[in-house]
Amino acid sequence: MDLSQINPVLLIASLMVAATPILLAAIGELVVERAGVLNLGVEGMMITGAICGFAVAVESGSPLFGFVAAAVGGAVLSLLFVLLTQVALANQVASGLALTLFGLGLSSLLGQGYVGLKPPPTPRLDIPVLSDLPVVGPILFSHDPVLYFGIVVVAATWALLKFTRAGLILRAVGENHDAAHALGYKVVRIRVLAILFGGACAGLGGAYISLIRVPQWTEGMTAGVGWIALALVVFASWKPWRVLLGAYLFGGLTVLQLNLQAAGVAIPVEYLAMSPYVITIVVLVILSADKSRAPAALGRVFHATR
Amino acid sequence: MTILRRTLLATAAAATALGLAGGAMAQDKTKVGFVYVGPVGDGGWTHEHDMGRKAVEAEFGDKVETVYVENVAEGPDAERVMTQMALNGADLIFTTSFGFMDPTINVAKKFPDVKFEHATGYKRADNVSTYSARFYEGRAVQGVIAGHMTESNIVGYIGSFPIPEVIRGINSAYIHAKKVNPDVQFKIVWAYTWFDPAKEADAAKVLIEQGADVILQHTDSTAPHAAAAEKGGVITFGQASDMAEYAPSPRVSSIIDNWAPYYIARTKAVMDGTWASMDTWDGIGPGMVGIGEITDTVPAEVKEEAMALKESIASGEYHPFTGPLKKQDGSDWLAEGETADDGTLAGMNFYVEGIEGDIPQ
Repeated sequence: MDLSQINPVLLIASLMVAATPILLAAIGELVVERAGVLNLGVEGMMITGAICGFAVAVESGSPLFGFVAAAVGGAVLSLLFVLLTQVALANQVASGLALTLFGLGLSSLLGQGYVGLKPPPTPRLDIPVLSDLPVVGPILFSHDPVLYFGIVVVAATWALLKFTRAGLILRAVGENHDAAHALGYKVVRIRVLAILFGGACAGLGGAYISLIRVPQWTEGMTAGVGWIALALVVFASWKPWRVLLGAYLFGGLTVLQLNLQAAGVAIPVEYLAMSPYVITIVVLVILSADKSRAPAALGRVFHATR
Repeated sequence: MTILRRTLLATAAAATALGLAGGAMAQDKTKVGFVYVGPVGDGGWTHEHDMGRKAVEAEFGDKVETVYVENVAEGPDAERVMTQMALNGADLIFTTSFGFMDPTINVAKKFPDVKFEHATGYKRADNVSTYSARFYEGRAVQGVIAGHMTESNIVGYIGSFPIPEVIRGINSAYIHAKKVNPDVQFKIVWAYTWFDPAKEADAAKVLIEQGADVILQHTDSTAPHAAAAEKGGVITFGQASDMAEYAPSPRVSSIIDNWAPYYIARTKAVMDGTWASMDTWDGIGPGMVGIGEITDTVPAEVKEEAMALKESIASGEYHPFTGPLKKQDGSDWLAEGETADDGTLAGMNFYVEGIEGDIPQ
């Protein structure tokens, strides 16, 4: 065993990359759930975003267009969920699961011609002086723009929910849609916007995997990240900063356990392999020992005449 | 033709409702089912099995009907999928992952008239055959190239699950890398998955960050190649499929599984009524294991040495596990000139001398 082989700076830099897809998908889902809608289709929207982003980036040669297309792709797929749950008032759990299955199938169809291609590289931030600083440079100033965007989205979501009127209305819709309706707020319209935002974020998260983290297109490449993002929202008690913490913890432990394995640490590999799941859950459950709870109207169908 | 599990359930119900009439009609064609652990577009393991399936269709045309279900989780889900296939009138079912072993045996008990073929396992029954390829022969060739090519003397190895098939590969690659480069060191990371591109890419990055400049993989996707290409200065090997889209670098060679001749032969046996339970374990010689083109990134003399090794294995002149070899704990395994028997290889659960770390139990 030789821990000196693990470079802590590279470790932290790569854990931020590993955490970003989960973070993006989870923060989108958090907004959806705060509006009182449970969308289990995160995995399907992520994989759709992954292929939309990949295809457009390859065709246009621009990663930026790719990410925009990924957000649009995720949002368009979530429109299907809108149609089912907000217009046809279908069961949200079943609709969400259907969305995941549909997204997986659709993405492998769309991806037929893109197996084995290389996407255009996404430029990393390169600030003179700052990016060259030892330790701080690689950790804080030399990532791709999408990683920073993820953190900005978390901060913006937190500020919006906590300090603005729009955030208050969103939460009101999620807590008691009948009361919000009685006050004259457009419950369905607000929820539709939240679902579209969730779809766009999930799409971005998916494209982050296919354009930056791997980078390639393979069928089924999100391999369950969407489900982890869903679980993270619950364990983070629907709070944005805890989602960030949870995502970094999960991503960090995933990378750390691989590092420990490669360095030959004498901890049985089974424990290392399960550590990201166990430790993330334990930490977030301990944190959620305060009185935080789920939005009261979560998963309930809203019908204006009732 | 893709069949989703959902459709399979619905059609199974319909088939049961039709009863004997449907059964009689199904007899005209031989129906062959395939159960895959990953998607057919993984570019690796499952992709090659699906090539085999297509070869069966091309060979027999109208006389066969093939169906497959992809992305089947190892465990109870696999049992459900196989049961539905059998209910649907499949005559022969190939289950193509080690983790499908017990489900295959369980389902085979319920359908004595259906023939089952399980890849890479060791449990057989009257209607269950096993088949596998001697991937370790290809690993020996990779080991030679890896030993010559590494400058940091650190070779990274991404393992899937600690099962004999994977451990054989690690041992074989290590023995031959060590032969040409006594200073070589193997860093082994277990991904605990056959297919998870993001995780495989992470594992490759970690190994590269810790100094590896050669990456061997025993997982199914091309993600480690993409990660290596991004980092630069690292070579990789295609696994199960040629993965030529990453040639000439980072991918410098590959192990290619060629299941088509076997699948055709077994389907033929079912048609002729000559099918019998057996165990097949073929290597480079019979063509079940192929070595993908060694690219010009590899110096000519190394390429020559690797090809010579391949030829001597193919002709049966050389066995990759030839003594003197010791186990990791220093105890004797094979004496000078002795070769490993298939029984030991099939159940291999130890590293050879020189590899660091423990095999997860």
